[in-house]
Amino acid sequence: MSFDGLIEAIIDGVLTGGVYALMAAGLSLIFGVMDIINIAQGAMVVLAAYLSYVLSVHLGIDLFVGLLITAPAMFALGVLLEWGFMRRLREGDRTAMSILVTYAFAIIIEGVLTKIFSTDYRELSAPYLNDSIHMLNFYLPVIYLLGFAMAAILLGGLYLLFFRTKFGRGLRASLQNRTAADLIGINVNRTRMLAIGIGVAVTACGGMVYGATVAFNPNSGYDLISRLLAIVILGGMGSIGGAMVSAVALLVLADVVAIAWSPVWSILVFYAAILLVLSLRPNGLFGARAVRAQ
Amino acid sequence: MSATGAADPGASAAPPGPVNPGGAKRRLTSSLLVLVPLALAILFPLVESGNQGNMSIAVFALIFMASVSAWNIFSGYSGYLALGHAVFFGTGAYTIALIGTDWHVPAGWALMALVPVCGVVAGLVAIPVGMVALRTRRHTFVVVTIGVFFIFQTLATNLAFTGGTSGVQVPFVSWSFSVFNQRFYYVALVIVVATVALSWAVRRSRFGLQLMAIRDDEERARGMGVRTARVKLAAFVLSAIPVGMAGGLWAYFLGSVYPTSAFDPLFDIALALMGFFGGIGTISGPLIGALLLESLQQYFTQKFSANGLYLIVYGSLFLVVILLMPRGIVPSGAQWLRSWRAQRAEGSSNPTAGAGVAEVTR
Repeated sequence: MSFDGLIEAIIDGVLTGGVYALMAAGLSLIFGVMDIINIAQGAMVVLAAYLSYVLSVHLGIDLFVGLLITAPAMFALGVLLEWGFMRRLREGDRTAMSILVTYAFAIIIEGVLTKIFSTDYRELSAPYLNDSIHMLNFYLPVIYLLGFAMAAILLGGLYLLFFRTKFGRGLRASLQNRTAADLIGINVNRTRMLAIGIGVAVTACGGMVYGATVAFNPNSGYDLISRLLAIVILGGMGSIGGAMVSAVALLVLADVVAIAWSPVWSILVFYAAILLVLSLRPNGLFGARAVRAQ
Repeated sequence: MSATGAADPGASAAPPGPVNPGGAKRRLTSSLLVLVPLALAILFPLVESGNQGNMSIAVFALIFMASVSAWNIFSGYSGYLALGHAVFFGTGAYTIALIGTDWHVPAGWALMALVPVCGVVAGLVAIPVGMVALRTRRHTFVVVTIGVFFIFQTLATNLAFTGGTSGVQVPFVSWSFSVFNQRFYYVALVIVVATVALSWAVRRSRFGLQLMAIRDDEERARGMGVRTARVKLAAFVLSAIPVGMAGGLWAYFLGSVYPTSAFDPLFDIALALMGFFGGIGTISGPLIGALLLESLQQYFTQKFSANGLYLIVYGSLFLVVILLMPRGIVPSGAQWLRSWRAQRAEGSSNPTAGAGVAEVTR
C-alpha cells in the first residue's frame, strides 16, 4: 500500500462518510428521541434513490431540484409510518415491536420496487456527476463534495431543530414523561409524527446522493441497513454529531481495509463495530441517555 | 414482549384442584388434539402422493414448522426477540453440503444421516453467538442478532471453502420422482415431532418456568435465584439445534446452497412473522403459523414465480398481524372460546366456570 493510496483512501472515506451520515441521521434521530429502531431506513434510502431516478429520467428534473418533491413525499411516508403503526404499539415493548413493524415496511418497499423496476441495477445521472476538482495530487468528485456540504448543513439544522427549539424540547419531554408532557399542553402525537416525518424526509437527500454515487437495486437496502446501524450504534443512538463522526471514522477504516486487504472484507469493519460496541457498551459510545440530558 | 404469551391455552388446559369433574373429558380432548393432527400428517402423503406440487409445499411447510417451533423455545419462552436464526439454518445447510461433497458421502440415506450432525454443528455455532449476543437485552439484543446474521452471510460469501457466490451443490440423490418428496416429507415430520416434544418438555420443566420468569421480569427472576445467563444461553443453543437440522434437510431437498438463500434475511423475519401469527410462547401457535404462512408462500411462488408480489403480501400480512392480533391466532382463539363457554355456563348459572375465565384471561 502506497502512501498516496492511503491518503486517497482516507479522503475518499471522509467524503463518503458525509453521505452515510446523511443517510444515518434519520435513523439516529428517530431512535434517540422516540425509541424506535427503523430497520426500513436502508429500504427508504433506496426508495428515495428510485424517486430521484424517476423524476430525473422521466421528467427531466435535476437531482437537487427534485429533492423539493422527494423530500415532502418521504415526509408523508414517515407520517404514515407513525400514524398508522408506531402509535398503535404498546408502550412496554415498543422498541422491539418497532423493529418488526419497520422490517415489514422494508419488505413491502423492496417488493413494490422489485415489481416496478425489477432487480436490475440503476444509476442516477446528471452532467456534473463525473466532474471532479483537482487538488494537489488528488481528484475530488464534485458530487461527494456537494453531498458532504449538504450533510453538514442538514445535520446542523436538525441539531438546532431537535435540541435548541421549543418543538425539540417538547419532543424530548414527551419521550421522558408522556403524561406530564400531555399535561403541560404538548400535543404528543403530533410532535412525534412531525419528528418521524422530518427524520424520513432527510433520508430523501441521503438517498439521492447515494443513488448518484453507486448503482442500486431494490435489494440494496439490506447492505445499507447493516452499515447504517453500525454508524448509529457507534455514534450513540440519537446523537447527530456522533453519527457524523462515526460515519467518517468507519468509512475511512473500511476504505483502508479495502486497499490494505480486500474490498470484500471492508464490510466487516461495520459488523465488528456493532458487536464490539454493543457487547462492551450497550448504550453506544455516546449513549442515548447522555444525549437526552442535553 | 412480556405480556404477549401471558395467557396461553397450554397453561390453562389443566387447572389445579382435586375437584375437576371435566378432567377425564379434557384429557381426552387434549390427547385427541395431539393425535388427530399427527395422524393426518402421517396419512397426508398417501392421499397426496400423486400431486408432487402439493407434496413439495408440504415438505417446506414442515421445515418451517420445525424452525419456528425451535425459535419459539428461545424467543417465545424467554421473550428475547432473536432475528438471526438464519445463522443456524444456513450453518446446517452448509454443513450437509460441504461434508457431503468434501467427504464424498453417497447420496441417499447415508447423506440423510448427516441431518442430525447439522443440528449439532448449528448448536456449537450458537454457543459463541449466544455468549456475545446475550450480553445485551431487549432491543439491543435484536440489533446484535441482526448484526451477527450479516456477519455470517458475508463470511459465507467470501470465505474460500464455501464456494463463494456460486454456492455448493449437494450430492444428487437418485430416488425416483414418486418417492423423493415422500421420503423428505417423513424425515421432516420426524424433526417436527421431535422439536414439538422438546418444546413441550421445556415448557413443562423447571427450566421452562425459569425462562418464563425471565420473560416476565428478568431482574426479579435473578433475585429469586435463577441463573439467568446460563438459562438463556441453554435455551438459545437448544433452539438453534432443530433449526440447523431443518436447514440441512432443506439444502438436501433443494440440492444446492447459496450464501443469499441459506443466510436469507427473509428467513429471520419469517420465523418471527409465523411465530407471532400463530401465537408465540405457545406450543401449537408456531406450528399453525408456519403451516399456514409457509404453505401460502410456496403456493404463491409456484403460481406467480418470485416477483415482488409475495414480498408485498408477506410484509402487509405481518403488519396486520402485529396491529390487530399481536398475541396470535391461537391465544386469541382460545380466549374467544373461553368467553363463549363462560357465556354459555352463565346461562346455566355455573359460578366456577366464570371464576376460571377471570383467572386465565388475567
